[in-house]
Amino acid sequence: MVEPVKFLLYLLVMAGVTYLVRMLPMVLVRKKIKNTFIRSFLYYVPYAVLSVMTIPGIFSSTSYLASAICGFAVALVLSYFNRSLLTVAASACGTVLVVELIITYLL
Amino acid sequence: MREQNSFMAGIKDGFPICLGYLSVAFAFGITAVNSGLDIWQAVLISMLNVTSAGQLAGVPIIVGGGTLLELGATQLIINLRYALMSVSLSQKFGKSMRLVDKFLVSFVNTDEVFAVSSSKGMDVGRNYMYGITLTPFVGWTLGTLLGAVAGNILPAIVISALGIAIYAMFVAIVTPVARKERPVLLCSLFAIALSCIFSYVPFLKENISSGFVIIICTIVASVLFALIFPLPPEQEEEVELDG
Repeated sequence: MVEPVKFLLYLLVMAGVTYLVRMLPMVLVRKKIKNTFIRSFLYYVPYAVLSVMTIPGIFSSTSYLASAICGFAVALVLSYFNRSLLTVAASACGTVLVVELIITYLL
Repeated sequence: MREQNSFMAGIKDGFPICLGYLSVAFAFGITAVNSGLDIWQAVLISMLNVTSAGQLAGVPIIVGGGTLLELGATQLIINLRYALMSVSLSQKFGKSMRLVDKFLVSFVNTDEVFAVSSSKGMDVGRNYMYGITLTPFVGWTLGTLLGAVAGNILPAIVISALGIAIYAMFVAIVTPVARKERPVLLCSLFAIALSCIFSYVPFLKENISSGFVIIICTIVASVLFALIFPLPPEQEEEVELDG
């Protein structure tokens, strides 16, 4: 349980930073960024962030390591073949469910 | 240049995004409540942030009593990509966009809103931008509320299965690009290796909190690859799709 006042302080910082990052460049920048290093850095950031957040976090996102590994494998294969975000996410969830049903009732 | 400025066209283009957000926000709502937040707290976070990766990283910091600096710095790094998108999208705005519209629209400039609106073959106007930001915002908020409420009702096995949804979406964003662009693949693998070092090596694992791990790994990997594999100069920025 997070105390309400403390929570609102966290929320203010979190939402404030997120908004400023989105708003300031849209309002202030009128020209394209030319600096190659900055452009390249910004280009890699999303992929680096998401990779770091996904691994190893994904392996503890479900009740069993085995179900998480299977879900991850399915997500990897489907997204390699360019399936939509929704398809990939739903299939990974379905895989986890099936694997955990097997673990719970058959093993 | 022609300008797409229909509110209903924006609503329509935002609808598939809205559906996707419903499911991912649902998973976030469950995660947030399971981590120890109240339902209203989870919903408020979603309404005021509207960003999956940032919120997912922020919850453990809030629940774990991390410092405000850690929380702010984490959000800055994770959401830095929006700065690029906002710059890029601002080039597409038609004449109808006023300053006040930019203040409002930038609030919901998510990866998917950016990707769809910037892939239009013409300039986009204020009415269109209000439409395409409204539907995803509703989906994101509603999904979080449903997840936060249902998290207390659904059987454990279903919650476990939904827990992987956001991560699977991240995989779906990185993999297709990594497949096409060798430097992105290498950058991703390098970032993963760093992340695993921080998660498994004794001392590092106990002493560096989740937010700082994300910041350190992301900056090191992105700086390194920006130096080794810089983008070709003077080229149009590529439209990227991410979490």
